[in-house]
Amino acid sequence: MPKNPDIKKVLVIGSGPIVIGQAAEFDYAGTQACRSLKEEGIEVVLLNSNPATIMTDKDIADKVYIEPLTVEVVEQLILKEKPDSVLPTLGGQAGLNLAMELEDRGFLREHNVRLIGTTSETIKKAEDRLEFKKTMEKIGEPIAASLVVENVEDGIAFTNTIGYPVVLRPAYTLGGSGGGIAHNEEELVEILQNGLRLSRVGQVLVERCIAGWKEIEYEVMRDSNGNCITVCNMENIDPVGVHTGDSIVVAPSQTLGDKEYQMLRTSALNIISELNITGGCNVQYALHPESFEYCVIEVNPRVSRSSALASKATGYPIAKVAAKIALGYTLDEIPNAITKKTYASFEPMLDYCVVKMPRLPFDKFIGAKRTLTTQMKATGEVMSICTNFEGALMKAIRSLEQHVDSLMSYDFSHLGREELLDELRTVDDMRIWRIAEAIRQGISYEEIHDITKIDIWFIDKIAILVEMEQALKTQELSEDLLREAKRLEFPDYIIADLTGKTEEEVKKMRLEAGIVAAYKMVDTCAAEFEAHTPYYYSVYGGVNEAKATSGRKKVLVLGSGPIRIGQGIEFDFCSVHCTWAFSKEGYETIIINNNPETVSTDFDIADKLYFEPLTPEDVENIVNIEKPDGAVVQFGGQTAIKLTEALIKMGVKILGTSAENVDAAEDRELFDGILEQCGIPRPKGDTVYTAEEAKEVANRLGYPVLVRPSYVLGGQGMQIAINDEDVEQYIGIINRIAQDHPILVDKYLVGKEIEVDAVCDGEDILIPGIMEHIERAGIHSGDSISVYPAQTISQKAKDTIEDYTEKLARALHVVGMINIQFIVCDDEVFVIEVNPRSSRTVPYISKVTGIPIVPLATKVILGYKIKDLGYTPGLQPEAKHFAIKMPVFSFEKIRGADISLGPEMKSTGECLGVAETFNEALYKAFLGAGINLPRYKNMIITVKDEDKPEIVDIARRFSAIGYRIFATRSTAKYLNEHGVKAVRTNKIEQPSPNLMDLILGHEIDLVIDTPSQGVEHAKDGFLIRRNAIETGVNVLTALDTAKALITSLEDTDLHNLTLIDIAKI
Amino acid sequence: MKAFLILEDGTVFEGTSIGAAKEVISEIVFNTSMTGYLEVLTDPSYAGQAVCMTYPLIGNYGICYEDQESLKPWPDGYIVRELSRLPSNFRSEDTIQHFLEIHDIPGIAGIDTRALTQILREKGTMNGMITTDENYNIEEILPKLKAYTTGKVVEKVTCKEKYVLPGDGPKVALMDFGAKRNIARSLNQRDCQVTVYPAWTTAEEILSDRPDGIMLSNGPGDPKECSEIIKEIKKLYDSDVPIFAICLGHQLMALATGADTHKMKYGHRGGNHPVKDLMGNNRVYISSQNHGYVVDMEKLDPEVAVPAFVNVNDGTNEGLSYVGKNIFTVQFHPEACPGPQDSSYLFDRFMDMMGGNQ
Repeated sequence: MPKNPDIKKVLVIGSGPIVIGQAAEFDYAGTQACRSLKEEGIEVVLLNSNPATIMTDKDIADKVYIEPLTVEVVEQLILKEKPDSVLPTLGGQAGLNLAMELEDRGFLREHNVRLIGTTSETIKKAEDRLEFKKTMEKIGEPIAASLVVENVEDGIAFTNTIGYPVVLRPAYTLGGSGGGIAHNEEELVEILQNGLRLSRVGQVLVERCIAGWKEIEYEVMRDSNGNCITVCNMENIDPVGVHTGDSIVVAPSQTLGDKEYQMLRTSALNIISELNITGGCNVQYALHPESFEYCVIEVNPRVSRSSALASKATGYPIAKVAAKIALGYTLDEIPNAITKKTYASFEPMLDYCVVKMPRLPFDKFIGAKRTLTTQMKATGEVMSICTNFEGALMKAIRSLEQHVDSLMSYDFSHLGREELLDELRTVDDMRIWRIAEAIRQGISYEEIHDITKIDIWFIDKIAILVEMEQALKTQELSEDLLREAKRLEFPDYIIADLTGKTEEEVKKMRLEAGIVAAYKMVDTCAAEFEAHTPYYYSVYGGVNEAKATSGRKKVLVLGSGPIRIGQGIEFDFCSVHCTWAFSKEGYETIIINNNPETVSTDFDIADKLYFEPLTPEDVENIVNIEKPDGAVVQFGGQTAIKLTEALIKMGVKILGTSAENVDAAEDRELFDGILEQCGIPRPKGDTVYTAEEAKEVANRLGYPVLVRPSYVLGGQGMQIAINDEDVEQYIGIINRIAQDHPILVDKYLVGKEIEVDAVCDGEDILIPGIMEHIERAGIHSGDSISVYPAQTISQKAKDTIEDYTEKLARALHVVGMINIQFIVCDDEVFVIEVNPRSSRTVPYISKVTGIPIVPLATKVILGYKIKDLGYTPGLQPEAKHFAIKMPVFSFEKIRGADISLGPEMKSTGECLGVAETFNEALYKAFLGAGINLPRYKNMIITVKDEDKPEIVDIARRFSAIGYRIFATRSTAKYLNEHGVKAVRTNKIEQPSPNLMDLILGHEIDLVIDTPSQGVEHAKDGFLIRRNAIETGVNVLTALDTAKALITSLEDTDLHNLTLIDIAKI
Repeated sequence: MKAFLILEDGTVFEGTSIGAAKEVISEIVFNTSMTGYLEVLTDPSYAGQAVCMTYPLIGNYGICYEDQESLKPWPDGYIVRELSRLPSNFRSEDTIQHFLEIHDIPGIAGIDTRALTQILREKGTMNGMITTDENYNIEEILPKLKAYTTGKVVEKVTCKEKYVLPGDGPKVALMDFGAKRNIARSLNQRDCQVTVYPAWTTAEEILSDRPDGIMLSNGPGDPKECSEIIKEIKKLYDSDVPIFAICLGHQLMALATGADTHKMKYGHRGGNHPVKDLMGNNRVYISSQNHGYVVDMEKLDPEVAVPAFVNVNDGTNEGLSYVGKNIFTVQFHPEACPGPQDSSYLFDRFMDMMGGNQ
């Protein structure tokens, strides 16, 4: 069936800010889909509140609206742009939920807009627990005994009939929010209450617990003619009980015979057909490990995280094909871009093994529970490809950039046998390391399997790696042993460590024996057809297929690895734009990256894609084949920057700012020298190595001080210390994370925090705009609300900032990007941080100023001058509109994490509010972040003593718009004394009704709780914040944020929002 | 022990010996299925060939004897990247290593199977030798490789005597040219009584048993080697008994009715080939395939047979419907095992052809 000619203008809904459970994969899917639609001559209108995405570029869609994802906004947008169709299946759960609401309201029918890619009936059948159950029963597909409940009593009654443990799954939430396993009534009540609250429809599924079964997934595609195929299947190494997003996953399945494989495949096709899905779909199964019994766990009637993984694992572009199907094409009409011989109506065959590992944020949330459950906690993931499982696992481990590089990275050797057996019960991110230790200690596969339920096939593979460690430790390093160690992907330096040789010796021996990495192509067809897409992975032992091309100049673009707090999708945006810019200049482009969720790892972004770990050795292997003319490191975040030194050693030219100058910005002494030379002040501080030195410096400067390690991103390990005790504790934490580099102790200044991204050509600079943070200094810039153009600083300060930026860029000989953070105190400007590279704010400031910074920086790197590029050097004129970037957090997903903001970054994503007035922009930004107020008009205020004077006005203003204020004893007293009516409430440990009862009463809009500075000793505040977050209540921990919120609420009318097409900026 | 795979074009792969340590010359083919290695090994259509599995990890779930598609494995040799040292599956009764040994099948592991596949793809299927002799003399071997032909393999794989699989429904005569078990099983599951005949059975004998339908099975080798069988099939064609044929059976029926077949460059072997049903709803089904020969579309007489299925990838013929006849044949494997079960509905179509299952 060819394209439906009635579809001419399509509204694509994106997934909004990056949160745990809904991350970069939707930018990848959305970008691919938009390009696929445009290829067909369709006019694309894009809506997404996330400015860090590539899909919100004017190159990707015709009209781009970075607006809050609410029903009202979509309705208004449809009225304004009059699209004939809406495509909601590429925006994750957020997009799907919006489509459902629009359909329920009858708005689409009323305005003659069709839903393409799915129907509301399909969504309901797949997403509504009851409908889903009915549908599965109708076609005879088994599901675990379950009941949808809308209250706790029914949940208890049902569980009593099927027995504990039970799994609880709230309807219509993402990443399994609010779900969990209950082993007894107390747990049941707790999780159920929370789940009912978080579910959009107040429903929770109570289900027979099938924990321990094999978890298997199928990615399925279907078109309107009923043709269906499976793209691939995947097996979770962690059995049912751990969210697939947090599991180590292998593709294709390894322990299933053809009988099991085809049984589940047939089931998946039956399901997609019955649901009448046109597009992509993900079906998750629990398969009994000792029979053919299985249960359908879940169906996602849309493109998902797993489909991004499946796309990258197989080379089959799911989102692109889904978009074409939405337009009416059938699978046999859509060509396979890789083989150019086959069509989308075939099933990829892999001749390699893929391993995905989650990137978990426990390095950011040190106090959080590391336990993995049915609620997803990972912020990102890495994927690796190898012809053997062991090698793929080793590559995945070192791709994580989490200070792990082998199965020896976490040391459990201090545990005795009994302790270890006991600890094997812990299901967390270190489980495979415990299993490795168990094998070292001679614990049998059966014992390990009985406890972990992990299939012995995987346990044996871990054992093979452990045996290799032992062999390297005890045997003479023969050529055969080295060859085998490399086949298992042991890095040279680990082999060196284990054999007592130097890395150079190992490398030399390897090269002499001709043991080098070969590159194989991901071609969808196991070499059955010739492939035209240079998408490679490495393997030891085999014929190399990667051919160094010549002719054009060649550039290596280093990607940014897994998405983590502090290094998110923004850097993928930068890498991709840099690649495109090089391409336009006639360069051959090569990307190395390992993140399956991103646009940069799509096979048609660069001329060549190497899906590999970003470590010196892995990069060198590629360099040896490709011999690039240069490499760009300034767009791939810290991941790429860290490789600079290694690249230089390999003889690769670093394009743009030189490595010495990058060092100069990071090295305290060198940098102080530069500042002095330029006459630029910075907060006083010093470099130390020990806690004693740190305390001495802190006392000299006077508390509070800022303590942080050098060479970090996202403020990792950064803290404000108010006394010696704090300093001691932080140094301890920092030394756990990074030992090689010194620690910085600075005077903590209270002032306006300002941020600037600039392009420098070595002489002139271009500053698109000055961004001001709403929260005062002390809160990480990534967690602050950022306003463009800066509102509260004087022209004089702005001039100083421009001047300092120019001086610093010149002094550091920056060629390309530079990011500088300032503090402005009474018109005096201090520099607090300089990063001679691309930053988190680059996509945001590019979009709101309309100045394409990354392409400009790329051109400058290639030798163009700013003056030649059509720009007058210096600070660019301010835009007429206001653009506010709002951080978005995923605190509800990470049990036990403290949500109070500080110098350590905690947000996972961001959204944007753009408007012609400041207040409307602010309102949109809050709305985009999911803070949709007022609702019940009840709030709780509990602040520390220092904040009491300042809270009065904020409280008064909330009160003025009708808020009823509850406050703890001292805050209530203070407010009442100052003329603001506040209801006094008991603290948590006091008898009911207390604060907790209020929060659990589900009628609180907002909690303002400012934690005391320094280490949070008071458990009370922590409990309030955690409970509020986990029950879905908004919590603000900074007065500045609260002030901004009330300002936005005071005079904005949601129904009069003006929508701005940023493609026109 | 070291083993070597020597190809007709002179390429040598060095690996490790698996299975029997004996020397063998055979036609080298590759299969892209990611699961179902036992089904592949026990598919009689591989008689006279050595199979290379493109999926690198083989033997992961061991050997589940009930999954065998015939009594024993048939390939002359087996070529893999890696055999799992520890199989894991609740049904596993044996390891693939042991299975190959007891059936005296030689093989080679640890070679770059992808590189081998690319050679076969570029140069076409060719003959090769698996040997453990480190002092092999390539000059002596190459002429031997070139001289090797698969020959008449059907007689090796067909059953020796006819036998009956009881059922209450229609009586089906299954001509066994090397039939996979799941063909009979699929018919049995639809209550058919299946009588299995050796390949050399005459048409007269089959027709005298008054079957409600005739099923022509899959099988190995060049269909043109089966000239005697083709003559009998022509007689079956002339009878009015409904006929359904798979793979070799499909090719033999085409040859019996004046069409032609030719050898493909490297064949179709795997579980991901899309075939379009031209007779029904124009839907595409993912099929299990194993064939090195194909029916010529150009030389088809449209008054005798019209295409019923076509391969979406390369446009080759995947099925025929015989004009004015109750005969329907497919090149692929609706019985699956290994591979997708999507086209199992064709057995239902055959049931309808036989008047349904009353």
